[in-house]
Amino acid sequence: MRYLPHTSEDIDLMLQAVEADHLDDLFSTIPDDCLSKDDLALPEALTEWELDSHMAALSDAMAVSPDYKIFMGAGSYEHYIPASVSYLLGRSEFVTSYTPYQPEVSQGTLQAIYEYQTLAARLLGMEVATASHYDGATALAESLLMAVRISKKRKVAVSSLIHPFYRKVVRTYFEPTGYEVIELPYLKNGFTDLAGLDELNDLAAVAVQSPNFFGCIENLKKIGEKIHNKDALFITCFTEALSYGLLKNPGSQDADIVCGEGQSLGIPRSFGGPALGMLAGRKKHMRSLPGRLVGKTKDLDGKRGFVLTLATREQHIRREKATSNICTNNSLCALAAAIYMASVGGTGIKKLAQLNHDKAEYLKQELKKAGFTISFESPTFNEFVVEFPAGFDSVYDCLLNKKIVAGLPLAEYYPELVNHYLLCVTETMSKNDMDSFVSEVKS
Amino acid sequence: MKENVGATGLILNEPLLWEKGRKGRCGFSLPRRDVESFPIDNELAGEGPDFPDLSEVDVVRHYTRLSQWNFGVDTGMYPLGSCTMKYSPKTNEKQAGLSGFTGAHPLLPSDLSQGTLRMMFELEQYLAEITGMDAVTLQPAAGAHGELTGMLTIHAYHKNRGAQRSKILVPDTAHGTNPATATLCNYRSIQVKSNEQGILSTESVADVMDEETAGIMLTNPNTLGLFEDNTKEIAEIIHSKGGLVYCDGANLNAVMGIVKMGEIGVDVMHLNLHKTFSTPHGGGGPGSGPVCVKKHLEPFLPVPRIVEEKGNYSLSDNYPESIGKVQAFHGNVGVMIKAYSYIRSMGPKDLKMASRLAVLNANYIKESLKGTLHLAYDRPCMHECVFSDDKQKDDHVTTLDMAKRLMDYGFHPPTVYFPLVVHGAIMVEPTETESKEDIDKFIEAFKSIADEAKEAPDLLHNAPGKCKVRRLDEVSAARKPCLTG
Ligand SMILES: Cc1ncc(COP(=O)(O)O)c(C=O)c1O
Repeated sequence: MRYLPHTSEDIDLMLQAVEADHLDDLFSTIPDDCLSKDDLALPEALTEWELDSHMAALSDAMAVSPDYKIFMGAGSYEHYIPASVSYLLGRSEFVTSYTPYQPEVSQGTLQAIYEYQTLAARLLGMEVATASHYDGATALAESLLMAVRISKKRKVAVSSLIHPFYRKVVRTYFEPTGYEVIELPYLKNGFTDLAGLDELNDLAAVAVQSPNFFGCIENLKKIGEKIHNKDALFITCFTEALSYGLLKNPGSQDADIVCGEGQSLGIPRSFGGPALGMLAGRKKHMRSLPGRLVGKTKDLDGKRGFVLTLATREQHIRREKATSNICTNNSLCALAAAIYMASVGGTGIKKLAQLNHDKAEYLKQELKKAGFTISFESPTFNEFVVEFPAGFDSVYDCLLNKKIVAGLPLAEYYPELVNHYLLCVTETMSKNDMDSFVSEVKS
Repeated sequence: MKENVGATGLILNEPLLWEKGRKGRCGFSLPRRDVESFPIDNELAGEGPDFPDLSEVDVVRHYTRLSQWNFGVDTGMYPLGSCTMKYSPKTNEKQAGLSGFTGAHPLLPSDLSQGTLRMMFELEQYLAEITGMDAVTLQPAAGAHGELTGMLTIHAYHKNRGAQRSKILVPDTAHGTNPATATLCNYRSIQVKSNEQGILSTESVADVMDEETAGIMLTNPNTLGLFEDNTKEIAEIIHSKGGLVYCDGANLNAVMGIVKMGEIGVDVMHLNLHKTFSTPHGGGGPGSGPVCVKKHLEPFLPVPRIVEEKGNYSLSDNYPESIGKVQAFHGNVGVMIKAYSYIRSMGPKDLKMASRLAVLNANYIKESLKGTLHLAYDRPCMHECVFSDDKQKDDHVTTLDMAKRLMDYGFHPPTVYFPLVVHGAIMVEPTETESKEDIDKFIEAFKSIADEAKEAPDLLHNAPGKCKVRRLDEVSAARKPCLTG
């Protein structure tokens, strides 16, 4: 086997050195009744070339663009990824290193993550950002737990227009804690309904997503005021990080904690993972943050360098009193996002975000012209909900056969929204694609 | 040995991203605009983030330089204990990069996602076979996330039986994620001391196990690199009081094809695909932390589960007792593809051989260095061995000094100061992919460093001297944190 460098002579010499006769003797201290008696029942080894054809066949059994026209986002977005980003991300000095516990031999990862934290904080308008979390959903769950820690209150409220799967993850994380999770309904215009807040007290935090699951851009400033009046922390969440190239960032709208999914920033969809959990906060809450942080410092000669820092919050020092159990995060995905943000740049991201917005708006207008109802009239980014006529599900299936995915049917997540579909358009969709989509759904 | 000491390479400084560039540059090919512009309401429009503007060349040079300051497995031996830094095969990267995998949307109808679903289903089966467990979820993103998922199934199990418990046993050798996970599940960790042999005795477990205790979190082989000989008996004690046995399987690399945890009393365990199954660690992830359970915990696994019917794969949410979701989608699929490719490339015989050679390499280092370094537990080890700086006390040289000096010899240091039960621990895990020659060089380097400790200790105190930076001021980094630029 090409990954195992030992010759039989090596093995003999090494066995001699450890005073064993046979490789099996190395396990002789394990009680006999713990040893497995049978060989592993696994498929026999493939050669590299056999593996190539096996994997190619699996990969070919997947529906992907450009072969398929996929008008579906819902937390997983198609954006162009420059070849330079993928190429740099493949540098094995980045790929094959561990968490940078030994800073002198890890300055590459450390500076890159420090730069990522900075760009992430600037994108979200916050003072500090963590090195990464698993995904947007776990970042939200950890943000809510952080708010409970800071406020010492036992209740949180989340908008029902936060991604349904994110809310499920929050429920899973909160189940053993005894803290209460309350869901806030939504209004006819596609915004979160905060009226119920008045009756709630002992609230640690309220979390709202913007652009929300329906694509609608919430009025964060007003929402924040209401939440702060309740003396609760204001958490904002997102699934489409690119939107802040165009929209006001949540920090400028007085969010206390901002969390969400960074997959749009140069990370392929990969069936939903690995992605990038982003989490940012205020300096005053820095020591309550979950997860790793990289900080700037100096070496013995006064030269600039970077280290993992504020480790006294973390599991390897604090053990059962840690702010989180997270250890390995999604570092390489944060690196992808940093390289992507650096490549697109400040000027580029505005143009790119505007283009995303405009393309989605084009499809929305064309569908309106074709006589379909846009379910919520509020302004949107990249995604919007459309109501198709009753019985559209059979058209949906026909379109699948024509390699068109007509968005996400919403009834499974919002039972009242039968025949409503969440559509998504990014910069990768051409006018032609959209025009033929409209004529297909019309017919 | 001296010719193996690091030379001075051409290490170039590189400014921070925002210290470079010129307004108006762009390293991105903006897609053609084929629709008109729809300006958004001024109320909603922001100013856009303050990112630098860089050309593609600026970006490529920047990250290429940064990468050159990093040490990875591809650079050299990386014997970081508990982390299993084995070689990450390149074909795995190629497979994970196939466009059908990278481009896949997670919410398409199952019929359009058969390739990935089949890969995941088979990977679950392989992991069940390797561990001797009955059912697997691939959803957790890393080891600690697997711990949380596994412990949540234990929590759900007790709740389901109408008698939640308040405590969990955690050995003093446990990784920090274990007690931190227990807290997330609202269990109070009760520490159990390991014995003079470095493992848990049945008595110490029996002494503390009661009907208020949900079970035990056991790491096997443990973080001292020792097999927990009494696992079966411990499991009996735990089970007799209605508790469950969680196994932290981060160290599975020692026992593939040799011990199946499902056969020795374990109810639930997690694996680290980014350790045992060769997926690269990426400077701190992404990883993947599948959880394997016995039948009685299967109903609680996260949804959706992958089900197979006549060669057709689909996702099902129909598990009413499930703990729910632990990630938005299906886990770190890109990582799973690499682990799958690894298992298919190795086959059953070479997986077992990998474990045997990992253990051979560790024992070889243990025997070769035990005259040089204090060996914490002098008995046959599994995949790693733990030394300390006891012998260097009189030289006034610490574990940290030796670790830093190893860098000058071209090695990544071992894990240091963990596990906590060994004062000044030096935890060496060579893995099976290191050759005898490279291990011999490592041994020679350590011996040479021990000599330097006697003859010229300042070489160690001032180490490293050949890296991009010298030792960094971590104290002021934490006292006055500067986390953004
Ligand atoms: C014994 C042990 N348990 C758990 C973990 C946590 O795994 P991860 O870093 O993937 O979360 C590690 C690795 O860091 C470990 O060595």
